[in-house]
Amino acid sequence: MAEIVLMRNFSNPESHTLDAYRASGGYAAWDRARAIEPAAITEEVKKANLRGLGGAGFPTGTKWSFIPKTHTGPVYLVVNADEGEPGTFKDRYLLERDPHALIEGMLIAARAIRCTKGFVYIRGEYVEPWRRFSAAVKEAYDAGLLGQGFDVVVHRGAGAYICGEETGLLSSLEGKKGWPKIKPPFPAIKGAFGQPTIVNNVETLCCVPPIVTRGAEWFAGLGTKTQGGTRMYSVSGRVKKPAVYEAPVSITLRRLIETAGGVSGTGRLKAVVPGGGSAAILSADEIDVTMDVDGLKAAGSMIGSAGVVVMDESVSIPEALMVLARFYAHESCGQCTPCRESTGWIYKMVHRIVDGRGHKEDLDTILDVAKRGAGTTICAFYDGAVGPYISYIEKFRSEFEALIPHG
Amino acid sequence: MTDGAPSTSNRTPAVQAGLSDPATIVSFSEAQLGEVRRLQSVYPDARGALLPVLHMAQETFGYISLEVEEYVAALFDLSPAHVHEVVTFYTLYFRERPGRHIVAVCHNLSCHLAGAPGIIAHLKQKLGVDPGETTADRRVTFLTVECLCACEAAPMAQVDDRYELNLTPEKIDRLLEGLP
Ligand SMILES: Cc1cc2nc3c(=O)[nH]c(=O)nc-3n(C[C@H](O)[C@H](O)[C@H](O)COP(=O)(O)O)c2cc1C
Ligand code: SF4
Ligand code: FES
Repeated sequence: MAEIVLMRNFSNPESHTLDAYRASGGYAAWDRARAIEPAAITEEVKKANLRGLGGAGFPTGTKWSFIPKTHTGPVYLVVNADEGEPGTFKDRYLLERDPHALIEGMLIAARAIRCTKGFVYIRGEYVEPWRRFSAAVKEAYDAGLLGQGFDVVVHRGAGAYICGEETGLLSSLEGKKGWPKIKPPFPAIKGAFGQPTIVNNVETLCCVPPIVTRGAEWFAGLGTKTQGGTRMYSVSGRVKKPAVYEAPVSITLRRLIETAGGVSGTGRLKAVVPGGGSAAILSADEIDVTMDVDGLKAAGSMIGSAGVVVMDESVSIPEALMVLARFYAHESCGQCTPCRESTGWIYKMVHRIVDGRGHKEDLDTILDVAKRGAGTTICAFYDGAVGPYISYIEKFRSEFEALIPHG
Repeated sequence: MTDGAPSTSNRTPAVQAGLSDPATIVSFSEAQLGEVRRLQSVYPDARGALLPVLHMAQETFGYISLEVEEYVAALFDLSPAHVHEVVTFYTLYFRERPGRHIVAVCHNLSCHLAGAPGIIAHLKQKLGVDPGETTADRRVTFLTVECLCACEAAPMAQVDDRYELNLTPEKIDRLLEGLP
């Protein structure tokens, strides 16, 4: 496979230590960045075509440039380490195996946006990643990398998928339940504690040091016209070698599945979730798509968090949808009526279909409810539920119908 | 601390005995109270320290009873209702005393595809309780949870602080034997 950027240090068992990170050239990017004007750092990240790797794929440099130039109060950097998207596990690897890469990325980002305090919001269940990352933060303080104009606060979540959504995360960081907030205002204008805030994913920030040392052109050249770089694909489900794989964003889904050892189980592919549980499902004949933001958008799905879940022919699609529908029913924060009500009812309907107690009109009811609710809610959680509801049923309708008595 | 920080200095946190559990006096030590103040000073608004302090409280008192909610509320000059709303929103705060160990099996997509239902059935049989329940000897609280983001090693579970990967019924049996 082509160039390895993000996982370059993973094979060293000591990769999480400052010594090992330094020995592999770590913090050279920070040395270079501190001699560059903040605006020039942002320009470089823009030119690199780095796009957010947490889910939404928003251009990172552009986001940074939204911090109001005239603002005189504090600006915050918040790292989204609340990884929770079903099928995704890359940030866990970065936190455990290359925590200094994240700290270095934070230092550079903080300089670009003129920020003196960063928060790292780590999901509560991630005990070992939290220990590793906290130890690295301590090392960075002891070495004088942190605490010289930039401080890092490590914050632990308490179990709620919705805190991965950036405004839900900010509510939670402020000591409230993790209710998402209506946008605008976007966090870059009014975010954490009412101040301009940049929220970035762990992996996104880990891309920043290599961009600074090796240059925007190099990074942009690794990817497609509209998205630079490589990224970490979490591959699980029915593949022979489930693991995290780094590849240029132009890799096809077919090639990625081959890289993961090919389909296991029956060995014959039925469907793939390309970008975490909330991405629309692709059928076996749709896997020549490239795994970048725009490639999957064109295919009617999304790259999201790049969590790839492979299903072989023996997998029951209705059952898979039932599992996801249960997840959405459980995780809806309950703030918006369409999301709160539909996720519960749709789970019940899919469940009864799987149990052989479905009604003939259930499938059309689900599609109708899902299509009408999409785009009407405070946050994208519900759209993330609607994608699976619609695509699983539309692409595999006969499988659902076969379970419905007199369907 | 900047604007909006509630002043905790003029309030003495009420020391209360936990009514539901006479063995527990709901009160932090002096050192812990120092840590609470330190945490509160790290956030631009002291309230940002609420989740970390609730984690501390759970570690200290075993779970978050209504008395603990009231105690923590006083430390933040917040209403107990606000703290209650927060505690009930998140899955990692226990509102009843859990067993000595927590076994939380992931039942999301990748784990499901890798056999989580069989793992859950095995645990049900072994422990004699359903997910959400605690064994009569209070040894284990058994839960099913959403994706813990270790799907490459499915099926998996979180056992107390540790991720236990690539589970099989035999591995579960060994795990359970290792839990005092
Ligand atoms: C329901 C929902 C869950 C999300 N979960 C995560 C998550 O676990 N981690 C993450 O980085 N972004 C997550 N996001 C995306 C964030 O809202 C946000 O776009 C991202 O953190 C921005 O960082 P980036 O631009 O570096 O990707 C989620 C979004 C939604 C709507
Ligand atoms: S869409 Fe759902 S999760 Fe998002 S704010 Fe509304 S109710 Fe909450
Ligand atoms: S589905 Fe179980 S860890 Fe992700």
